[in-house]
Amino acid sequence: MGKRTRGVVLVGMVVALLLAGVGSYYASSSPDGLAKVAIDKGLDKGERAHTFGDAPLAGYAVRGVGDKRLSGGLAGLAGVGLTFLLGGAIAVGVRRRGAGVTQDEDHSGPASGEGGARS
Amino acid sequence: MHVPDGFINAPVSLGAGVVAVAGIAVCLRGARRELDDRTAPMAGLVAAFVFAVQMLNFPVAAGTSGHLLGGALAAILVGPYTGALCVAVVLLVQGVFFADGGLTALGVNIIDMSLVTVVVGYLVFRGLATVLPRSRTSIVGSAFVAALISVPVASLAFVGLYALGGTSDVPLRSVTIAMVGVHLLIGLGEAVITAFTVGSIMAVRPDLVYGARGIAPKVELRSSSVAA
Repeated sequence: MGKRTRGVVLVGMVVALLLAGVGSYYASSSPDGLAKVAIDKGLDKGERAHTFGDAPLAGYAVRGVGDKRLSGGLAGLAGVGLTFLLGGAIAVGVRRRGAGVTQDEDHSGPASGEGGARS
Repeated sequence: MHVPDGFINAPVSLGAGVVAVAGIAVCLRGARRELDDRTAPMAGLVAAFVFAVQMLNFPVAAGTSGHLLGGALAAILVGPYTGALCVAVVLLVQGVFFADGGLTALGVNIIDMSLVTVVVGYLVFRGLATVLPRSRTSIVGSAFVAALISVPVASLAFVGLYALGGTSDVPLRSVTIAMVGVHLLIGLGEAVITAFTVGSIMAVRPDLVYGARGIAPKVELRSSSVAA
């Protein structure tokens, strides 16, 4: 990643981490549009519990962390990290190699997660 | 708009899964043309940013909230193929790690929230940006309209899938009206967030906005006075 792209990615990641780690606490907890319509109109009669409903991050909360703000914030940070690594790894995997600004030092960056994302 | 398990029956969920996998395969091929060493990290950022903003539910009506879907935004920033992959990554992570969106509904969710929003959002964006005068305002305005339209269309796609394989017998006409109505409101939020984000990046690095390539006016890049 060129020097200037790195700046944008860094600033953007800080913003994403702040939004997910801090801002998410202030989000509305009302059901979203689909959930509300589902309740009102009865689309949800067949709904089943999520397969991974007991997962450590299920429901955007870290299991075992009691404080809501901390629990939700940590889950948000984890999600931002996971999506960045997976999204970045796929992009690095499919990109045109050698095109754009080539910088060898970048190989320690998103490319390190590449193996895990190729499924 | 994350569909949980059990809303849509097994055959239609499976069919949606097949369509979603095919769509992802097309995107993996198409993304090669959009990504190079310089822009690949942007895809990671866009996926992370969409995940973060999807956590920020905003109120739209009494007892109802909405959040960004992000397909139009992602497509405009990193290109439609890459953008669809970014949103699909978000949906996969949400479904597997956060119990948000059923695993059997992953295909439905990828169709509604990734493929449909990207295709509709990007087509509307390019259509508008091509006919409007070349300016930053046109790009931002086109992004606003594209995002606005993408959300109710995504809700229609869900209704269509529910009509095919919904597990409950519901009045489709009133469900359609309710879904499109509330998602027009959510679309307004989507439009504001998308326009603000695209506008912010256009202000500092218009060269990193994929959808503005070949449309945006030439901008003299100076790093001194435009720090975010």
